[in-house]
Amino acid sequence: MRYLPLTNEDRAAMLARIGASSIDDLFVDVPEAARLSGPIAGLPNHASEMAVERHMAKLARQNLSAGEAPFFLGAGAYKHHVPASVDHLIQRGEFLTAYTPYQPEIAQGTLQMLFEFQTQVARLYGCDVANASMYDGSTACWEAIVMARRVTKRGKALLSSGLHPHYVSVAETMAKFTGDALQTALPTLSAETDAEALLEAIDRDTSCVVVQYPDILGRIADLSAIAARAHEHGALLIAVVTEPVALGALKAPGDMGADIVVGEGQSIGVGLQFGGPYVGLFACQERFVRQMPGRLCGETVDAEGKRGFVLTLSTREQHIRREKATSNICTNSGLCALAFSIHMTLLGERGLRDLAMLNHGLAVQAAETLAAVPGVELVNDSFFNEFTLKLSKEARPVVRDLAERGILAGVSLGRLYPGADALAHGLIVAVTETTTSEDIAALAAGLKEALA
Amino acid sequence: MSINQSGWKPAIGDTQAPAAATYTGNRALMLEEALIFEIGDTRTTGVDFSPSPLQGRGPGRGEVGASAGDENAPLPTLSPEGERANRLGGLERTASFGLPGLSEPETVRHYTRLSRQNYAIDLGLFPLGSCTMKHNPRLNEKVARMPGFADLHPLQTMDTVQGALGVIHELAHWLKTLTGMPAVAMSPKAGAHGELCGLLAIRSALEARGDARSVILVPESAHGTNPATAAFCGYGVENIPATAEGRVDLAALTARLGPDVAAVMITNPNTCGLFERDMKAISDVVHAAGALVYCDGANFNAIVGRVRPGDLGIDAMHINLHKTFSTPHGGGGPGSGPVVFSAALAPFAPLPFVEKTDAGYVLVEEETAGEHHAQNFGRMTAFHGQMGMFTRALAYIMSHGADGLRQVAEDAVLNANYILRSLDGVLDAPFGASGPCMHEALFADDGLAEGFSTLDIAKGLIDEGYHPMTVYFPLVVHGAMLVEPTETESKAALDQFIGALRSVAERAKAGDAALKSAPHFAPRRRLDETLAARKPVLVWKEPVVAEAAE
Repeated sequence: MRYLPLTNEDRAAMLARIGASSIDDLFVDVPEAARLSGPIAGLPNHASEMAVERHMAKLARQNLSAGEAPFFLGAGAYKHHVPASVDHLIQRGEFLTAYTPYQPEIAQGTLQMLFEFQTQVARLYGCDVANASMYDGSTACWEAIVMARRVTKRGKALLSSGLHPHYVSVAETMAKFTGDALQTALPTLSAETDAEALLEAIDRDTSCVVVQYPDILGRIADLSAIAARAHEHGALLIAVVTEPVALGALKAPGDMGADIVVGEGQSIGVGLQFGGPYVGLFACQERFVRQMPGRLCGETVDAEGKRGFVLTLSTREQHIRREKATSNICTNSGLCALAFSIHMTLLGERGLRDLAMLNHGLAVQAAETLAAVPGVELVNDSFFNEFTLKLSKEARPVVRDLAERGILAGVSLGRLYPGADALAHGLIVAVTETTTSEDIAALAAGLKEALA
Repeated sequence: MSINQSGWKPAIGDTQAPAAATYTGNRALMLEEALIFEIGDTRTTGVDFSPSPLQGRGPGRGEVGASAGDENAPLPTLSPEGERANRLGGLERTASFGLPGLSEPETVRHYTRLSRQNYAIDLGLFPLGSCTMKHNPRLNEKVARMPGFADLHPLQTMDTVQGALGVIHELAHWLKTLTGMPAVAMSPKAGAHGELCGLLAIRSALEARGDARSVILVPESAHGTNPATAAFCGYGVENIPATAEGRVDLAALTARLGPDVAAVMITNPNTCGLFERDMKAISDVVHAAGALVYCDGANFNAIVGRVRPGDLGIDAMHINLHKTFSTPHGGGGPGSGPVVFSAALAPFAPLPFVEKTDAGYVLVEEETAGEHHAQNFGRMTAFHGQMGMFTRALAYIMSHGADGLRQVAEDAVLNANYILRSLDGVLDAPFGASGPCMHEALFADDGLAEGFSTLDIAKGLIDEGYHPMTVYFPLVVHGAMLVEPTETESKAALDQFIGALRSVAERAKAGDAALKSAPHFAPRRRLDETLAARKPVLVWKEPVVAEAAE
């Protein structure tokens, strides 16, 4: 077996050193009834590299990949071009096959990268500090709600109707068990966000208001007023950003008064990967740092006075605090954070702004083209690279119809909000730098036929 | 040889003279690297873009494409005005926010240099106990990058992702069969997330029978994630003691069971490296008391293919794909933590999951779950789980097959016992008399010279070219050193490691002062962790001096 270096001679010599007569002697503590006498029945035996690759390639061919079709899906996961050097660098064995940097003297590469990553995320979000990553945006969002509970000692969270429905579902799942009260609502197919309604709903029991920016339908609302109202009432504003590229064009939530900003970092460096692994971004203002979940990398010096980096403030974490930890998170998204950081370094602020402008420009072009199709209405006044169309028919069958014509048309609200009749005609369309004018024309033509 | 050696190549010279400090701070291949904030610039980019369709719209201030290559051009912003204005709702980000960029060659060099300051499995034995740092086959990386997997959106219509759903279904089948459990939740993102999944299913099952309980029992030797997870989903946590031989104290556990106990979380093999001999008896008494059994599967590598946890009465167990099934640790993730369930818990498993029907694979989500999975406890994450880890794990599992996985467990256990017995008389093995160890060998700091500790041994191993073992865990052993070699080490590699560990341990026993200041040869000497925690510096800030100089 190619991954196992021991030979039978080695095994015999080692058993002799141990003083065991056979390998079974080392498994004597397993109760007899649970010992298996040979390989588990009904499963195939080992296979060559070529055979495995062939099997996997066959499965891969049964999918229509995003690059093979005019592609317009977003809603929390975006198709962006990732420079070739990103994937090359994250495959260096010293990054790929390292562990969490518990021995800092021989993990400065990962630690310095994390310190840079934290700084990049904090600056992107307009916050003072950021952590070394969470699993993804949806779990980061729940962690932020829990953190707001710890900070405010209140248990009622207001979730904007524009928050991604999967993020809402994750929070609802957890709140069932923790006893947190969540106020949620379905979005409406209108140009206005629910900012006004949220302002009204904030009261003295509110721990936090959770607002997605831009929201699930792509709409953009100024967060300043919500932040001010939340603060007046002793509550926190949590902003959720599912598309980090947007912050190359849009004001950062932290700069508008958000106390905690969380989100999905997948757009930068990570790729679609059918939903995971992604990278959760988590940032906040300085005064809350000791309530943060997850790993933090900090600067220090070594015994010779040289600058170096370590994991720090670990008295918040499970391996030290056990049941009193701020979170149970351990392994996070280190390698995806590295991909994010490398891509962000390649871009720099100029590149990110260029990228954002290109995304927005193509999205404006697409919105104008698609809105001209009979039976299509643009819902949004404002958007970044994603907007919602109201179709004259239910969107979900239209999406299926277009998929059969080789066009991946977007995410129907019927998929995201099954059973919500008022949303059934909604289609979320995302446009990025990877979208071509031909793609936009193909979608317009496809919609025209499908809606005819 | 007729070459004039004196003029062609000087003699080696005086090799005894001390090294001078270098101008750069570099030491040959040991290269220092500044932060991107010190070497980059917000106006530099390593990515080229085509012009935006909005170029030329409105009174554009700095336009895409136009600014590229001109580092003095203002940063591009979008115009809020004009006929072809932007649609950003008046929320343009105008002020610079200080993200430095580097050109591509500078970027490649920056991260390549950083990478060389890391230890990694690719460089050598990485014996972190409970972490299962085994070889990461590159075939797995290759298949995960096939566009048919890597370039799929999670919300594409089912017809366009049948192969991806097939991967999830195939991997699920392997995991269920290898554990002897009837159901599996694939979406948890890592081990601790899997623990959460298991406990939420347990709580749902108890609540469904109208018997909500409040306490989770956890052995003293458990991973910190166990009590943290129990607390995270609203349970009280109580410790159960270990016996002198390092196993769960069945009598103490039985005595504590009662109507308030929801579940027991047990790691098996446990963190002392021992198989819980009484596991079936533990499950039986726990079930008799109306509670459920959660197994922390972090150490599944020791028994995969040889023991099915389902045969031991387990109700839920997470499997760290990034441990047993070799998906890379990546310097701290991503992981993946599918959870297998017993028949009692299967109805409560979270959404989504993949089902095979006559019409092909179907992803069962909120919409369709009501029909036959109405008791699901909800959704744990956006989308469907760590697909990129599933493809890697499936390639790994297929490569080994049922026979190879059994050999994995055997070799992992053999390697650990070889280390344990080879260090007899060198390091104290507190449970050495408790029988063979499983995949990891546990030592204590007994017998070291005054003032010397486990930490010194760990740092000494760094100078020997190894990543240290897990230290100071589990908490039940003084100065614990937990060594997990894994099955992917050769006998020669083990022999060298044993020699190095013996040498360092003997220096610690002899009180070798040089060991107190180890490591001497790493990119950094011991780092001041107290300073880092007392005055946290978590992000880079412009040095104040630089501003004053302007």
